[in-house]
Amino acid sequence: MKQKHKKIDYAKWGYLFILPFFVSFFIFSLIPLIDTIRYSFFEYYRSGIKEVGPNFVGLQNYISLLGSDMLKYAGNTLILWIIGFIPQIVIALLLAQWFVDARLKIRGSQFFKVVIYLPNLIMASAFAMLFFTMFSTNGPINSILMSVGWIREPIDFLGSVLGTRSLVGLMNFLMWFGNSTIMLMAAIMGISPDVFEASELDGCNSVQRFFYITLPQIRPILAYTLINSIIGGLQMFDVPQILTNGQGTPDRTSMTLIMFLNSHLKSKNYGMAGALSVYLFIVSGILCFVVYRMTNNDDPDGSKAAAKKAKKQRRG
Amino acid sequence: MKSKKSGQLRSIFAHIVLIILSFMCLFFFYILFINATRSHADLQKGFSALPGNYLFENLKNVANDGTFPMFRGILNSLIVSGCSAAICTYFSALTAYGLYAYNFKLKKAAFTFIMAILVMPTQVTAMGFLRLVTNMGMYDSLLPLIIPSIASPAVFYFMYSYLQSSLPMSLLEAARIDGSGEFRTFNQIVIPIMKPAIAVQAIFTFVGSWNNYFVPALVIQSKEKMTVPILIATLRGADYMNFDMGKIYTMILVAIVPIILVYLFLSKYIIAGVTLGGVKE
Repeated sequence: MKQKHKKIDYAKWGYLFILPFFVSFFIFSLIPLIDTIRYSFFEYYRSGIKEVGPNFVGLQNYISLLGSDMLKYAGNTLILWIIGFIPQIVIALLLAQWFVDARLKIRGSQFFKVVIYLPNLIMASAFAMLFFTMFSTNGPINSILMSVGWIREPIDFLGSVLGTRSLVGLMNFLMWFGNSTIMLMAAIMGISPDVFEASELDGCNSVQRFFYITLPQIRPILAYTLINSIIGGLQMFDVPQILTNGQGTPDRTSMTLIMFLNSHLKSKNYGMAGALSVYLFIVSGILCFVVYRMTNNDDPDGSKAAAKKAKKQRRG
Repeated sequence: MKSKKSGQLRSIFAHIVLIILSFMCLFFFYILFINATRSHADLQKGFSALPGNYLFENLKNVANDGTFPMFRGILNSLIVSGCSAAICTYFSALTAYGLYAYNFKLKKAAFTFIMAILVMPTQVTAMGFLRLVTNMGMYDSLLPLIIPSIASPAVFYFMYSYLQSSLPMSLLEAARIDGSGEFRTFNQIVIPIMKPAIAVQAIFTFVGSWNNYFVPALVIQSKEKMTVPILIATLRGADYMNFDMGKIYTMILVAIVPIILVYLFLSKYIIAGVTLGGVKE
């Protein structure tokens, strides 16, 4: 009886300790979220110094967003993300594999790891500003290319769609491939060496080993990297915003969803910003659910489910 | 024999690729550094691979520029990042400990809830956040950039995983028997045990906060409260063609140097820390 009393007493401390987190979350995330959702149903904007609304308009904001350039910006975000992500994951897989492979005898691997991870910590806005000055028509890159004699006229990287998108992709690649390499390396090192030894005895070459052993074994972390990257891509803002000064030039082909949201917020167009936020919320909610299933489950990556399925197939 | 030779070839190939990638990573910082050491007139003549001797002059120009108070910005950024890192790690450790060490009715619900919001982007609540901050009279102040970091689900999750692997419950019971209060147990026994986890997360929170641009750009209005990323953005927005380019490069250099210095000293821990917060094995 006394024991039980004691336990109830301690429970109080549990609540007390987690209280600050939940109070802070409630005030700074939940209330804003509800407020955002509420205003998404209102006509509420500012034109000049005149404030219009809030008037309830139902789903009007959602519908007019669909008619606006939102889908184009979603496409831009997707393209910019893919340009960066594909080289990022390919290079990261390759490097992770090499770093772990003892027979390659990579010299100075610690140095390489430090260097490739460095861009991940650099302020994205400063990095974008640096790229902007370097790749401008009279910047050092053009100057180098011209003095080497590869080009006659300076290339206007930021004036072309391909140039701008490639630069954003290149920056995202540089900032994230080191991070992915280190994540995947940890995953590969987590594979039991027995499996590799067995494969070697069976005469497996390095390419086979990569595709039939390493890749399937690191699938959970690969999936985690992918989802994390998608969430990061959805939030892409700093790099294109600074590079194009918030304009998404040329012709808004590098305008991302969050840049669109930012411009609505800056012009105090709250109704539209709310509706756009709700769209983003739904998409990221789905992604959150996927991450939740992956990190907080007895079956984090679906590998058990897959094993079960395979078993069934074998039986059937 | 053949496999040995192909192994050697692969090794050479791997080294070449690594060198190219490292070159790509460092090349931009090299250009940045070189150009920050040269004067505007010198820069107009084209690129040179060797540094000039104008760095000190450029730094002085940056420090004396009233339109872009860079050093004031660094101070603001240091305040915001330092405070965020401190309260974020402390409260995340507290929350993790509360959920790990105690049994209570809503324990499972609370844990599930935090895991569900683990990767929710802050941008989706930005509009409501901006209105809330304005209503609370905290618009154009550094506080709304610091206080919300109390609730950081990702840091919490990291701390929780760390507690699971390194805090035996028997230690807490021993502390209880010795008459230590619950709060004191946390501060004097649990915090020292969690030091490695706190250090890693403090670094990441600091860097994240230092580099954060979206929310500060919405909340901060006046020049003397701007953090470094906002100043960089204002620099981009200004009519930069008329500027002293040496000064611009120096500003960018000043913005990223603190983080590079921190990184060079702590790279070992940072790289080890990247994977710790990953998927549970």
